[in-house]
Amino acid sequence: MKKELMLGNQAVARGLYEAGVTVVSSYPGTPSTEITEFISTYDDIYSEWAPNEKVAVEVAIGASIGGARSFAAMKHVGLNVAADPLYTASYTGVNGGLIVAVADDPGMHSSQNEQDSRHHAIASKLMMLEPADSQECKDFAKIGFELSEKFDTPVLLRLTTRISHSRSLVTVEDRVEPALKEFEKNPQKYVMMPAMAIKRHAIIEQRMLDIADWAETADINRVEINDGAKIGVIAAGICYQYAKEALGDKASYLKLGIVNPMPVKLIRDFAEKFDKVYVIEELDGIIETHCKVNGIDVIGKELFGYLGEFSQRIVAEKILGETKPSVATDLEIPPRPPVLCAGCPHRGVFYNLKKLKLNVSGDIGCYTLGALQPLGAIDSCICMGASVSALHGMNKARGDEFAANSVAVIGDSTFIHSGITGIIDIAYNKGISTVIVLDNSITGMTGHQQNPTTGYTIKNDPTVAVDLEALAKAVGFKRVRVVDPYNLAQTEQAIKEEIAQKEPSMIISRRPCALLKTVKHNPPLKVDADKCKGCKACMKIGCPAISMRDGKAVIDFTQCVGCDVCKQMCKFDAICGKEAN
Amino acid sequence: MANSLNVMIVGVGGQGTLLASRLLGSAMIQSGYDVKVSEVHGMSQRGGSVVTYVKAGENVCSPTIEKGEADIILSFEQLEAARWLPYLKKGGKIIVNTQSIDPMPVVIGAAKYPEDVLCAIGNTGVEIISMDALKLALEAGSAKATNVVLLGAMAKYTGIDYEIFENAVKETVPAKFLDMNLQALKLGYEA
Repeated sequence: MKKELMLGNQAVARGLYEAGVTVVSSYPGTPSTEITEFISTYDDIYSEWAPNEKVAVEVAIGASIGGARSFAAMKHVGLNVAADPLYTASYTGVNGGLIVAVADDPGMHSSQNEQDSRHHAIASKLMMLEPADSQECKDFAKIGFELSEKFDTPVLLRLTTRISHSRSLVTVEDRVEPALKEFEKNPQKYVMMPAMAIKRHAIIEQRMLDIADWAETADINRVEINDGAKIGVIAAGICYQYAKEALGDKASYLKLGIVNPMPVKLIRDFAEKFDKVYVIEELDGIIETHCKVNGIDVIGKELFGYLGEFSQRIVAEKILGETKPSVATDLEIPPRPPVLCAGCPHRGVFYNLKKLKLNVSGDIGCYTLGALQPLGAIDSCICMGASVSALHGMNKARGDEFAANSVAVIGDSTFIHSGITGIIDIAYNKGISTVIVLDNSITGMTGHQQNPTTGYTIKNDPTVAVDLEALAKAVGFKRVRVVDPYNLAQTEQAIKEEIAQKEPSMIISRRPCALLKTVKHNPPLKVDADKCKGCKACMKIGCPAISMRDGKAVIDFTQCVGCDVCKQMCKFDAICGKEAN
Repeated sequence: MANSLNVMIVGVGGQGTLLASRLLGSAMIQSGYDVKVSEVHGMSQRGGSVVTYVKAGENVCSPTIEKGEADIILSFEQLEAARWLPYLKKGGKIIVNTQSIDPMPVVIGAAKYPEDVLCAIGNTGVEIISMDALKLALEAGSAKATNVVLLGAMAKYTGIDYEIFENAVKETVPAKFLDMNLQALKLGYEA
């Protein structure tokens, strides 16, 4: 059979395809995004980007009730947004199989918190599977549908960054032709109001017992005994790989494929064989707590803690006390945080916000980088959409004078995700907030996904686009204007005028992401060294293409896209386009 | 190739480290090894320090490389070479593109870009190979081919046949950029 090197997320998509999934709805979120991007390359699967994770899961639930094998993917914090439908879908169960993939981000490579989504599995009383490489990503996606239909339950598939974004070999198989199940009118099962839900709750409790019973002997869990090993390790997902690499045959392993509900006898029988048993799990002590509640003596968080990603190094240090020799220079190495790209349209807005010394309620996206120096223009960032509603809260707390010096900034996709309800709140409750929508015509941070404002579907088919101006007016914002953020003076003028208004206002800063393939770049700019006084005014915009060499500004021609923003900063006319060279 | 090979590809987000790691991973598979590649995704990594791990062996467990474990570090930028040097194994090799890109703390004057980075790395006693890959890429036809020049430079230390790397490039790179990239690979290999 053919083997391919696949990204974990790609392998999940392949597994869904092979299992006959027909409806997929997701909202992008690192590290989960590529699952749905790969799904969109299969012609025989309907896939879509939903406005947010709640909608995505509701679409998948509907498709399941409609008889199809269906799926939704999201990052860990996305599951919070989708928790409402998910928790009740646990009660209704499924018709066609339903899988919800959730990708956690230990170490917060690209997230605002480090929450452990296994808590959601426990709280929603749902089965959760956790693969440890790309092959298992594919296999568990397939098994997940069988289990979903067997136990009449949505199934959670838990990934972490290192599983989602690592490539390993996967055996490719054929697709099972999907069979659409009968649509069944069954209000006792699908209409969740008290009389029905009370009965369903009892069924769900029994279901969890049945699944735990199944997990005692299921192949999805695996015991690997190494003769003579005195250490036992219990782990799931990527931590199993770290443990195997660090400990090899010095330990025996219980690798859990299901992390909720977990078996008891299987774990107890394994643990009894060893002098010491370690539970190795990133983030919270879910497996450890399960062991301890059931009277199984294990070592876990007391040794490994709750923070960040683990590695083979950490396992070797903590359990074996071994470290590998390494060398380092004696240089002081400055950090290199990510920055807004050269030509990023958000730069002009953030430069002006800082210049005007405004209070800025920020949001989730590339533009959160506007919080870093030298732009340093964001004062808070909580979650998707909070820029808008939190600004309203700040303004209500501190009054009109504060509001006259404050704005919210939110990207186009984030605005659709959960900024719309915020502007309704402002208009309805007589707020006077100024909201700036940073419309770069794409979902940027997650790597260029279409969204309801772009006019294209996930398959790049033309479709209707949300008219942001009309939307804002419809909810009660009478003042709506559009600016080009490459024009610093125009942007500044608009911000000054709008914050002065005693009513809600919206500024749409509109200019496509400079990295979009459809965006044509101007020739790179150049600094005339004779004219450059070395005043560093051009450095205030934090463009990665500009640096100082021997007291003069220089522009890196490999990065510069000719946006002209730095040119507007220069009082000495020292920055010129190609025509002047 | 030896029993196992751990390679780290490091640089600045946007320099094309991902493509280089995919090509290397593909070459390793064609040589018959189990392979894992761990990547960093997300546009927000642009301009930041990025690292990709590429591991080959009989049975690769962890997809990541830790301090003291890399056989080869391929760095697209000088400062990043110094940053990730502790990940090099004793007796490992570090290949460094002489390009230097100021990180934002240096741009705004909050930190200094250290002087004589290559010298400092050499002083630790590791084997360092430095080259101006951007120059060779421009020679091949585009600054964008810098990553493939560097891949070529590394190829000769992997123990994998050059033809296998050529095949990996042919399978991955779009037709209209193929000749340029093959030329870039060759210039790097022969440098």
